Amino acid sequence: MYPAPFRYHRAATLDDAIGRLVGIGEGARALAGGQTLLVWLKMRFDEPTDLVDIGRIPGLDAIEHDTKGVRIGALATHARIARSPLAKQIPIVGDCANGIADNQVRSRGTIGGSLAAGDPSCDWPVLLTTLDATVHCRGPAGARTLPADGFVQDLYATRLEAGELITGVSFALPGKGSAGAYVGFKRCAPAFPTSSVGVQLTLNGDDCTQARIALGSAALTTIRAQAAEAELSGRTLNAQVIARAAEAAAAAADPVPDQRGSPAFKRSLIDALVKRGVEVARRRARGETVEVSHEYY
Amino acid sequence: MSTTEDGGSIAIEVTVNGTRHRREVEPRLLLVQLLREDLRLTGTHIGCDTTYCGACTVIVNGEPVKSCTMLAVQADGAEILTVEGLAQDGELHPLQRAFSEHHGLQCGYCTPGMLMSAHALLARNPDPDRRQIRKGIQGNLCRCTGYQNIITAIDAAAAAMREGK
Repeated sequence: MYPAPFRYHRAATLDDAIGRLVGIGEGARALAGGQTLLVWLKMRFDEPTDLVDIGRIPGLDAIEHDTKGVRIGALATHARIARSPLAKQIPIVGDCANGIADNQVRSRGTIGGSLAAGDPSCDWPVLLTTLDATVHCRGPAGARTLPADGFVQDLYATRLEAGELITGVSFALPGKGSAGAYVGFKRCAPAFPTSSVGVQLTLNGDDCTQARIALGSAALTTIRAQAAEAELSGRTLNAQVIARAAEAAAAAADPVPDQRGSPAFKRSLIDALVKRGVEVARRRARGETVEVSHEYY
Repeated sequence: MSTTEDGGSIAIEVTVNGTRHRREVEPRLLLVQLLREDLRLTGTHIGCDTTYCGACTVIVNGEPVKSCTMLAVQADGAEILTVEGLAQDGELHPLQRAFSEHHGLQCGYCTPGMLMSAHALLARNPDPDRRQIRKGIQGNLCRCTGYQNIITAIDAAAAAMREGK
């Protein structure tokens, strides 16, 4: 299958890319790894007049962390993030990076592209919402930052303005007692998740002082399950408390029926994934090494 | 840098299996089509054409990619390895030998992609366990074998390669 014809522009710099996107206007799309966009073009879901290839812009793919926090450039691929020391140091990042699609897609797909797609099934918006991350953008009006929470506004719609690009994301290193997990279920490796859940808890023993829970593939956009967080925050964790949080998360979801399952099936998946995510976060907070990621048949 | 004014062609240069090729390509040309239709390297198969099945897997700059989901213009300057580049001097690659010896294929349609994913896996991990092999071919679907003999073949090839055979 071919995409519809388009003009191709290879941007040399960020300003070059922004200038071209603004100059061309509505028909232009930015191309990074292409693992979402090229599929859409081949399926003719979208027929842009022009692609501005940002994939070779230097300096946009760094993965850095220091005592203050983490910064990941928009062009960092899932595979590079998965192999980075960061994925070991902050296991929830490794869970997500390793769980996205398959080896081949992870070779090409980028964290910026996953956010910019505005797809509720993409994993990075969910993980970055869980970690309360910041999205760094630059456009014709200059640079600005936006919270990851709410960055994806609606189905395939983000807060990016015309001609604006994501340059990277940043988040604080999880503090003492803070641990998380990113878990999902999908039908096979290359498939989008049927449901996915990010959980980040701050624990003192079994006492939970802070909780953040985000859901993927659970509605038309990424959802932050604040009612579920409230069930955990300020409570001593036990099976009943966790079950109430899982129930609240499932209730917050508004999944669409599709070939991946019915809303009822997806809600019960979310319930199970929240329980699993909380359990893994608790074990990690105790210093255990636990390997999790998306499960599939 | 490069721009087309009218959807016209773009000059690219790729090195495929050690041979350098310069081509003028339409921007929408997929890498798999460049390989199959222009360079006539038809060992790389098109399966699902939607980034699922992995039949079109090739190695680009050391990383496995689905060549149905990469534009030829994105591969400009790249070093590409396809299934045709595995055998050397008429000798099958240890992976190819092992797939043959361990019955790692039936219809053979997925095999080139399986071989390339296995090649990428062994380049990073010369001694994978069976679980790691499964993860290494997670992006490649096989509708015949049930995967068991593919995993056995990759395991055997890894052992042979470690012994320098």
